Amino acid sequence: MHVTSAVRTPLVTGGKTYADVTEDVSRQVEGRPTREWTIAFTISVIVLLYGTACVFWTWWEGLGVWGLNKTIGWAWDITNFVWWVGIGHAGTLISAILLLFRQKWRTAVNRAAEAMTIFAVICAASFILMHMGRPWLAYWALPLPNTWGSLWVNFKSPLVWDVFAISTYFTVSLVFWYMGLIPDLATIRDRARSKVSRYIYGALSMGWNGSAKTWARYEYMSLILAGLSTPLVLSVHTIVSFDFATSVIPGWHTTIFPPYFVAGAIFSGFAMVQNLMLIIRVVFKLEDYITVEHIESMNKVITLTGSIVGVAYLTEFFIAWYSQVEFESYAFINRATGPYWWAYWAMMTCNVISPQLFWSRTIRRSVVWTFTLSVVVNIGMWFERFVIIVTSLHRDYLPSSWAMFHPTLFDISDYIFSFGLFFTLFLLFAKFLPVVNMAEVKAIIKSSSEKLPKSVSGVAKGERVTNPAFNKNVE
Amino acid sequence: MADVNGNGKFLVGIYDDDDVVLKAVKDVKQAGVRIHEVYTPFPIHGLDVALGHPRSRLGIAAFLFALSGTTTALLLTAYTEGFDWPMIVGGKDSYSFPVYIPVIFELTVLFCALGMVGTFLVSNGLGPTVKPLMFDLRTTDNKFAMAIDLSKNKLAEGDIEQLLRSSGAAEVNVKQF
Repeated sequence: MHVTSAVRTPLVTGGKTYADVTEDVSRQVEGRPTREWTIAFTISVIVLLYGTACVFWTWWEGLGVWGLNKTIGWAWDITNFVWWVGIGHAGTLISAILLLFRQKWRTAVNRAAEAMTIFAVICAASFILMHMGRPWLAYWALPLPNTWGSLWVNFKSPLVWDVFAISTYFTVSLVFWYMGLIPDLATIRDRARSKVSRYIYGALSMGWNGSAKTWARYEYMSLILAGLSTPLVLSVHTIVSFDFATSVIPGWHTTIFPPYFVAGAIFSGFAMVQNLMLIIRVVFKLEDYITVEHIESMNKVITLTGSIVGVAYLTEFFIAWYSQVEFESYAFINRATGPYWWAYWAMMTCNVISPQLFWSRTIRRSVVWTFTLSVVVNIGMWFERFVIIVTSLHRDYLPSSWAMFHPTLFDISDYIFSFGLFFTLFLLFAKFLPVVNMAEVKAIIKSSSEKLPKSVSGVAKGERVTNPAFNKNVE
Repeated sequence: MADVNGNGKFLVGIYDDDDVVLKAVKDVKQAGVRIHEVYTPFPIHGLDVALGHPRSRLGIAAFLFALSGTTTALLLTAYTEGFDWPMIVGGKDSYSFPVYIPVIFELTVLFCALGMVGTFLVSNGLGPTVKPLMFDLRTTDNKFAMAIDLSKNKLAEGDIEQLLRSSGAAEVNVKQF
């Protein structure tokens, strides 16, 4: 057992026992859907249905229903894709990188954050399918021989790297998330009263019985998966940034794109986690598990990555001037002062200035501030991708072909579709699966609980674990 | 573990606390009793060592699967672009190793993760149709169960029960499979 310094603030409050953890988390999986959930789910499904109809119309009519023109061939589609993939970075960061760094606060938020990752990647992939225009030919992106109708894919293209990166990331994240769910699914299975839920959760939990040998292998496997996911999560947004960085468009071919995109991805992902967790902890009454400490820790990550993003913006500007390439300089001056100045300054305000407010302890521990600033950050990060994509394209080398992008109803509706999809999936997850990793929270209770009630341990008798008596069992 | 499916008769000590059960494992072993297995709601560090379980070889499997992913990607890129349909794109050689690194990396990770998880499931006998072998349903909630196979121990049932109780077990049950 670990001995925790008295300086550390507790991660689980309210003197929870192991049984309390099971009860508090399983409650809403087993109970009837609440009114709030039903209303939210109905709205999400309606939005999803409307969005699906619009996406099908987009495919039926062709991409001409979007506001694209011959100068601006990528606009909201790729903006939305990069935005969603970015959001999908927080889950794996929390579950993998923070596991390697032994950050215990990870345990209460990793489950929901990983679920968010998976759903965000699904939303991102939907834009890839959409922007193909002919989604039934999507398999052309796979390395299949000529007889299937196309040449081999071009392995030198970052778009092909993206196919490999996104699909690997999705698969590995899904597997990592599911393996984490198995012990908790077994808990639900063993508590289930109805035959149907015992059967369903029984199949999902794959016959887990929590033997010491299985747990030892399980922990070993989690560690290796975390070790694999850490470079993987960094590689995904690196490769997404290559889509731009390997081109010769001024404003795109920048060597700082990979770290800058990865930082931005973690930045927006944590903001989305904050938004979801702040709602979940209130609606599901999980304030003892997702505490102000957790919120503060995530706000610190937001401040760090937001500052990296800010430095990257300034570096881009400096390099544009220092390189003495007039096209590069123009691209950046045009961003800040051209017809899209409002998008640029929206990005600068939301991404560079707003996270700096978290230097104040009061603000970063305030639920209202955190929620508001997280929304602001995600608006800012959407504008960042819009600025990078649209303002770099709209004025190219030939002034005669300069153009502006005007979104149509279908640009907007297809974006709304992704929100319907995301929230429908997330609400289904929140109702039918445990939103907090029960097994991992139980494992940190002794070292991180506010106080230990008698029923958890005969050793501690209500003291915190600064008591060296906990050390005696460890050689 | 074959006897588990047969006529096994087990004594199951139920503990309330992870530190107590860890200590109990050492005490019970010291008394010369063979422990079948311990079932816990969350991983207890050091429990596998205390029980004498060998170190997992999952890492070896993971490495081999990773290696197969690397090989697949190397062969795929070399065959398609270097041999089957050479093409010069972007001024690069038809076979140019550095641009294949992203694909090689991704396939390495993919093969490793899927292969290792598959190995984990198979080696632990886990699968969607598997009926769990539960000595006590509360071990996925808040209790820790130590199962002792009576057919593999020479000590009398009463003595083992006494030993379990003195090691801190809150209750001792008999479980017949």
